[in-house]
This record gives sequence, structure tokens and C-alpha cells, in this order.
Amino acid sequence: MKEKILEKLNLNFKNAIREVQEFRGELTLLVKKEEIVNICRFLRDDSELKFDFLRDICGVDSYQPGDRFEVVYNLYSLVNKFRLRLKIHLDENEPHVKTVSDVWPAANFAEREAYDMYGIIFDGHPDLRRIYMPEEFEYYPLRKDFPLMGIPGSLSLPRK
Amino acid sequence: MGLIKLRDPFLTTKLDAIIGWARKNSLWPMPMGISCCAIEMMSVTDPKYDIARFGSEVFRFSPRQSDLMIVAGTVTYKMSHVVRKIYDQMPDPKWVIAMGACTSTGGMYRVYSVVQGIDLFIPVDVYVAGCPPRPENLLQGLMAIQKKIERGEKPGQKDKIFIQQNIPSDERKDSRKT
Repeated sequence: MKEKILEKLNLNFKNAIREVQEFRGELTLLVKKEEIVNICRFLRDDSELKFDFLRDICGVDSYQPGDRFEVVYNLYSLVNKFRLRLKIHLDENEPHVKTVSDVWPAANFAEREAYDMYGIIFDGHPDLRRIYMPEEFEYYPLRKDFPLMGIPGSLSLPRK
Repeated sequence: MGLIKLRDPFLTTKLDAIIGWARKNSLWPMPMGISCCAIEMMSVTDPKYDIARFGSEVFRFSPRQSDLMIVAGTVTYKMSHVVRKIYDQMPDPKWVIAMGACTSTGGMYRVYSVVQGIDLFIPVDVYVAGCPPRPENLLQGLMAIQKKIERGEKPGQKDKIFIQQNIPSDERKDSRKT
């Protein structure tokens, strides 16, 4: 299965795969962020691979200059019973990536979560709003430079 | 002997005392079950612990019909507005039990999103310790409120009651064995 995925992706997307990792039988691919939607659509539609289930999308803040943010796409193929992880790197000053919510509708909420927690902007998302924090909240709480106890006064309490 | 013989037995009392007595034996809880403490709160209603013995078996999911709010679970800042609104909708006199560590102090959630104790936005009468508290502990908290009502105290006053975690001695023995 792994060989088949790599072969097909290399054939269809030249130089889009920047790194291949394998850890305890789990395959992780670091791909170019420009190609992520096309790769996802290909993985879903290919008659052999059939990655029809998007398990989760997570954000990562590696807190280093340059490629500070990561977005991790956890895919699963119900037919082949195979898991695949795709990663992209995002620049600190421009955390933009195209949405995959038109590939898998399940991406809608997952991308909203990544936006809410890390401030990663998914271009073309139909409804990119905060999902956990209140709408008027101004920060991104899972970024590493956000203090653990929050910023005083940023979240309102009812009057006693 | 000069005393009139009465046909029916009767009893004299103060009106306040009898209202307090009735009130303490018919506390209708509003189950504000926000997280895991709610499971223990539910088991309090079950036959083993049986909150009905104290007249509080009528868990009302409408704040308009209840006079005791059991806040059972982690209250986030986003949820705090809901808790406050439900508290405001309850008719007076109303009492509040802060059940468990999260509700009383934020507990293990010392983070930006969790209110570090619900007494920051509503008056609390009884704090019940534990994570989660044992059902007996919640019953003890309820009894503490009953005593307050019996004494004619008003809700939300400064003298708070803290119910400590205590494990019945026979169960403590069992846990040592295993």
C-alpha cells in the first residue's frame, strides 16, 4: 500500500512530496502547501487508494522562525484500512492555505478549530468562524506565545 | 381540670419555622450538569443513595421550578454566561451547591478557558470537595443547605460551608485489599 501511494503521487505530482517519514508502520508525507488540495482530491478519487475518510485536521505551532506553523491532515481509507498523514508547513507571517472542505465536508469544523486555536486561515472556507472560543475573542490560545492563564480581561464574566 | 378537651390534635408553631421546615424538605434541584461530576449527581438520585429521602428527588430541568442549583462540572468562560442566566431565572429564595473541584476552584484546569471558581460570578452556599465528590458528599452538602434553611438563613451569605471528602470506613478497607 505504501509503495502504491508513493508511486502514484510521484507520478501525478512531481516534486510535491518533500519528505517521506515512516514511523511504526505509519506513513507521513510532507507536501507542498500549494498542492495540498489537488493531492487530497486525488487521494480521495483514485479508484485504488480511496482515502474517503478525513479523520482530523490539526494545527501545530513549532515556534521557530520561518515555517512556524504546520497543518496535519489525518486520512483513512475505509476500503483499504490504511492510514495516511499529510503535513504542510506554513510561514509565520502568512498562515494561509486553501481549504479542503470541498473535498471532504468533514473538514469544515476541523479547519474552524485550527483557525480558532492557531489563527491558520483556510482560504475558500465557507464559514470560517471561531468554534470554541467566543466570537469576540482576539487571540489564538494554542499558539506557544499565548500565556497559559490567558490575557486578563480578554474573556468576559457575567456581572456578580 | 378546667382545660377544654379538644376534639382534634393540633400543634402551635411560628409561621417562619413551618415555612422553613417545608422548604428544606422540598428542595427542587436544578441539575446544572456540565461535565463528569454530573454522573455522580445522577447516581445520587438512584435507589442506592436516594436523594428522595431528603425530599429532593424532583430534578427539574426548568429553572423556573427549582430552588437549588447543583453546578456539577467545569465551568468555562463561555458557559459562565449560561450558568448565570439560568441562576437569574430561578425564583427566590435560591441556593447554590458548587460540586467538585473544578466548579469550586477551577480544579486541575488551571488554564485560560476555565473560570477559577464559580463564586467569581454567582453566590455559592456550599462547596463540595472531591474530584468527583462521592454521592454521600453531595448529600452532606444538601443536608448543610437544609440546616441553613432550618436556621432561617438567607441564601448567598458570607459564611460558606465546605464539605470535605470523606470515604466511608468500610469502603476504605475494601480498597486496601485490592
